[in-house]
Parts: sequence; structure tokens; C-alpha cells
Amino acid sequence: MPTPPPDAPPRRGRPRRRLTLGTREALWAYAFLLLPLAFYGFLRIYPAVQSFNLSLHRWHVDPAQRTFLGLTYYREMLSDPKLHRALTNTLLYAAIIVPAQLVLGLTIAVLLDAVRRLRPLFRAIYFSPYVTPAAAVAWVWGWMYSVNFGVFNNALIAWSDFVTRVGLPWLSIPPQAFLSDPKQALPAVAAVVVWQQLGFQVVIFLAGLQGIPRMFYDAAAIDGAGALQRFRYVTLPLLNPVMVFSVVISTIATLQLFDQVVNINFTDQGGPLNSTLSIALYMYQLAFSRFQIGYASAVTVLLFVLILVVTLLQLRLLQRRVEY
Amino acid sequence: MKRWLVGLALAASVSVGFVGLAQKTTITYWQYAYDTRVQAMDQLIQQFEQANPDITVKQETFPYNAYQQQVAASLPAGQGADVVQLYYGWLDTWLRSGYVEALPSQYFDTAALDSAFIPMVQAAKRNGQYYGLPTAVRSLALFYNKDMFKAAGIDGPPATWDQFVQDAKALTKKSGPRFTQVGFGIAPNGQGHNLLREVLIRQFGGQPYSADGTQVAYDSEAGLKAFEFYTGLVTKDQVAVLNFVPGDNGYRDGFIQLQNIAMIVDGSFAIGSVKAGAQFDWGVAEIPTLANGVKSDFGSFWMNGLTPNAFKDPAKLEAASKFLQFVTSPDAMKLWLNVVGELPARASLVDDPSLASDPVYGPFIKSLAYSHATQFVDETAQRQVFMDAVNRVVLEHQDPAAVWSQAAKEEQAILDKAQTP
Repeated sequence: MPTPPPDAPPRRGRPRRRLTLGTREALWAYAFLLLPLAFYGFLRIYPAVQSFNLSLHRWHVDPAQRTFLGLTYYREMLSDPKLHRALTNTLLYAAIIVPAQLVLGLTIAVLLDAVRRLRPLFRAIYFSPYVTPAAAVAWVWGWMYSVNFGVFNNALIAWSDFVTRVGLPWLSIPPQAFLSDPKQALPAVAAVVVWQQLGFQVVIFLAGLQGIPRMFYDAAAIDGAGALQRFRYVTLPLLNPVMVFSVVISTIATLQLFDQVVNINFTDQGGPLNSTLSIALYMYQLAFSRFQIGYASAVTVLLFVLILVVTLLQLRLLQRRVEY
Repeated sequence: MKRWLVGLALAASVSVGFVGLAQKTTITYWQYAYDTRVQAMDQLIQQFEQANPDITVKQETFPYNAYQQQVAASLPAGQGADVVQLYYGWLDTWLRSGYVEALPSQYFDTAALDSAFIPMVQAAKRNGQYYGLPTAVRSLALFYNKDMFKAAGIDGPPATWDQFVQDAKALTKKSGPRFTQVGFGIAPNGQGHNLLREVLIRQFGGQPYSADGTQVAYDSEAGLKAFEFYTGLVTKDQVAVLNFVPGDNGYRDGFIQLQNIAMIVDGSFAIGSVKAGAQFDWGVAEIPTLANGVKSDFGSFWMNGLTPNAFKDPAKLEAASKFLQFVTSPDAMKLWLNVVGELPARASLVDDPSLASDPVYGPFIKSLAYSHATQFVDETAQRQVFMDAVNRVVLEHQDPAAVWSQAAKEEQAILDKAQTP
């Protein structure tokens, strides 16, 4: 055993004492984090691993009778037209909902930011759909979209009557089928989702806008920047982190789209003709009305991978360093 | 010394108490939440517990839409029901997952059950064994709004489909391009697919499936005619509109509450809702026939089955079996008919002449004699095939013949998949 050189400082009593204050605080933080971490691991990670395991087996209530199938279900997914439709639909939903929420949310937030009077009232109005249960929202919109009773077709008919009366009949629009038309149903559902989630986006953007120091605007104004230029060169770059957050969150929510789709066409969930079917809904139907739990688990794994890949891509592409 | 004695006495009384508790068996019964059904079951449980003081039955209910989900989540954890109610059309999917077991032979004699229950109940059998028994069965009939009929100058319910279409036309009203009232509340997802499958195809002279239920047989001239007639109610005759009233049971809401639907085809389970909700004069009639007079109907039932939980110990199995026997006894069926309005499932009760002459129950009871219960292998998927076929013709204006053949192929694929182990 080597002895310390004679000029070395004398060893302190206990080495543990050598922990710095920072390290000790961190250790305490870890200790406190351990409990939620265990909880998270048990309720989130373990079931995720478990569902991957289920996707390799034919389901049976008795674990001893679950037969190992390997990747059979994953092969089955390759040739399942309904799954492909659900996948395309889900990506279509994202392609409509995410940009629409970003643009509308930002626009409304900028406008609200400029309003001085009654701002809390406007904010509450925009936010109220977000706190309304999806089932209630879907039910009301189902009626509004109704071909024979809905307000949208009431408006179209009133409009057509009006333009015919003033001698411009070519401007008239016939009543639409909306949810009953396989081509219109998906955008119609997407519109409901945008309407419902918009309030959340507005609040996020409002907070972001209020976090931008006034002095940047003042400085830009002194340099002769107009309102549009200030938006383009001050607001947008400084809002980038908030926009990334907004896009990532709304993309994840859209990829998991379920509530609105289930409730808006209760008699043919995901219909007509699978035109509104989302992956989450297909997975639910497989697992809970057809008891194909193994295959449904394989679909969840697909959904998990999809969300992971899309989120990582977005973080990679969208997150730029913000320079002040 | 005294304290020691007291302790001994206490221990003795506690252990005696435990023995007393251990002799009392508790079983759990599950069904979906539907007011009258829950009330009827509460009454049955009370009677059963009086007759069997050593058994306690706990009833638990869930909304219809979350019912199967609850089963799928609880049973794998060894929790939940011992005796469970399931739609007979779900039997195959439940069996594949192991959620129900065959009724134990020491308590249930297959041959005796065969003769005691009406033939439709055979649909609860697989490989010669019963997997459950119904308290009640249901068939379809035509509900019609007598006030609307009178206003349109129509005497009574249509006996033939020709008459039906004619009446429905007189009962359909439009304002500009839109309908304000329809003669028939079409509901392919409700009872419509059953009407097409078991009533119309047979009336037009076809068969929906091969005798053993493994082959689709409706891709025939008769089948196509039935399909064209059904979709024609929307496209050609224009007496029905898909999703006319939005919502889960829009066709029934339109008939009962909004009174903008004059006729619906619905099951006997709807009698209670119509009785409670209809503020107008209404009637029930047997489903119309074609000129050939062939009668057919769709019969179905919810059955009470035993989950693997019931087999965990012999006392539990005995209690669960006794309870199942009780809720499917003639007395339970009479109570169920009075409280819920659903028809008895035992042959002895169906032949009761006072029931057959009842103006409301009569048409349903009469049609039980010619009712067919489809042997579903995956009811959800098979229903979807019919709904999609109707939508392709009505919403996408595709050629009915091509659509019908495609539907037959899609359903055959589902049947084939169920055959492969």
C-alpha cells in the first residue's frame, strides 16, 4: 500500500465530507426525484415494454396460454389496408391541424397582445373551447354539420337565396354533406380540433410575446423598422422556442387524435368508409371491441415509433440557436 | 389467569366468526348500465340472496361503450366479474381471449337446455357446449307513429314492402333541397345490418351464410336484390336519409323525441324507451314481407356467462352456477319481461297465448318463431362490412353489384380468419 508523500496535506477524517454543497444538493434532488421516477417507470415505462411484449404474442387472458408469434403482427401490419388508411389519415390530420394552429394561434395572440381593453375577456373566450369536454364539443359540432338541420347548411341556403335574389345566381353554393362525405369528413373533423385546441396555443403564444423585452421593439422602431419588419425581425426569431414547443406539442396531440374522432360520428366511428379513422382509434377498436390485443399492441408500438421519430425530427429541424 | 381466559374466549369467538364468514361466498355480476336492466337485476339478486343466505351477489355496471374495455382490462388482472353478461355475437372474440368458459357439466345439462330454450339460443353453443344462457331474447319489428300515419291518411301499418315504400313516401317531407321529415329511419349500424342480413336476404329467396356458418352465401341474385332494395330506400325511393338525426341512436331519437321519423325497425329492447319517451300514439307491427309472403326476422340475445374467475374455487363455481341458473329460470324471465320489456328465452313461456295477443309484445313474440340469430365470429368487423357497403352506394354512388361482391369477399376474409387457429 503506497504511503502518501510527506508533503501531502493531511487526510481529512471522513472522505464523504468532501462533497461540495452543490453535489450534496444534487444528491438530495435525486433522492426526491426517485419517487416520481419510480412512479413514472412503473406507470409509463413498464407498460410500454409490456405492450411491446404483448405485440409478439397471441393474446389470451391466461399468460400461460399466450403463444409466441414473433413478428407476425408486424408483418400483418404491412398488408392491412385499414391501418394504412389510419396512418395516412393521421398524417393528414397533422398536416392540417399543426400549421393551422400555429398560424391562427400566433395571429390571434399578436392581435390580443395589441388589445389593451378587455384582454382577459377575449382570452377567456378563446380559451373556453379548450376546457370543454371533447365529447360535448363533438356532439354540438355533429349537429352543426348535420346535412338537414345544421347551421352551416342553413347559412349556405340563406346565402344562395340572397345571391339569387340580387341576380348573381352563379355565386350560390349548394348544401354540403360535411361529415357524411368521405372526402369532406377529415377536414371537417380537423376544423373541430383546431377550434378546440386554439385557445391553448393562443395562451402559450401570448406568454411568449409578453416575455420579449420591450426595448428590442423600441430599438427597432428607432432604427426605422415598420410594424411588419418588427414582427419579422424581432417577434418571430425571439418567439422561436415557443413556436417549437407549440409545434411539437400539437403534433404529438394530433398523432394521438382520438376523442373528437370517436364522438363526432358515433354511429360509424372513424367513418364514413374509414375517412376519419386515426391510428389511436383503430388501435382502440382492435383492442377493446375486437379483443385483438396482440395486434393492437403492435399498432401502439408503431404509433410510439412514429411519434418519437417525428418529434426528434422536429426538434432537429426547428430548434435554431436564438441570438439576441 | 383471568386475562388469559378472556383472551382465549376472544380468540375462539373471532375464529368462529371467520369460519362463519368463510362459508359466505361473494360473487360479482357484470352487465352494461341500462336503467331497467339494472333494476330488474337488483330485484333478482334480492330474491336470490333470500333463497341462498350463504351467497352474496355484487352487481357492477358500466356504460355500454366502455363495457368491453372494462372486461379486457379487469379479467387479465384476475379481477372483475364471475358472472358476466355478453352479447351473443361477441362469443367468438371473447372465447379466443379466454374471457368466458363453458358452463360446467355438473350444473348444466346440455340436452335439457337444448329443449328448454328456444332454438335461437343454440347460438350460445360452441363444440356442443353452452358458454352462457340468456334471461331474455329480442327480435325486430316495425315501430310506427300512428299520429303521423293518420295525418297522412294511412289506415294501418304496411304488411308488404311495396306498401311500406308507398307509405314512407307519403310520410317524407322536404323543404327546398333538405328533408324535414323522413318515412323510414334507416340505421345500418343499428339494426339495419341485421335487417339486411337475416330478413331481406332471406325474404328475397337467398341465404346469408352456408349452413355451418363458415361461408358467405349472399353474393347471389337474391342477395343483391335485397341490398339494392335496402340502399334504394335512400337513393331511389328517397324515403330515408343516413344519419338524418345526428347522435348515437339518432334513428330512435328522431322517432321518439323529435317526431320527424315515421317508422323504424328496432328490437324489443326499445319498447321500454318508446313507452317512456313517446308523447304520441304509436304501434308495433311485424316486419313487412314481399309479395311471396316469406317471413323472417333477426333474433339476438345477451347471455350470462362464467369468467375464469368463477372457476377459482369450487364454492365460487357452485355459487356462480346457482346464480346463473336462477337468472335464467322461468320466474326470472317473467320478472325481466315486466321490468325491462324483453322477451323470455324459454320455449314454455314463448308459447303463452296471452303474450302473443299483446298489441306491443305480440309482433315480437310471433316473429321469434321465424327468427335467425347470425353466428357472428367478429360482430364489430362484420357489421362494419355492411355499413361500408351501404356507404359506398349511398355516399360514393358506386355500382351496387360490384360493392355487394366486394362486401362478400371482405366478410369471407373475416370468417376465414376466424377458422384459422
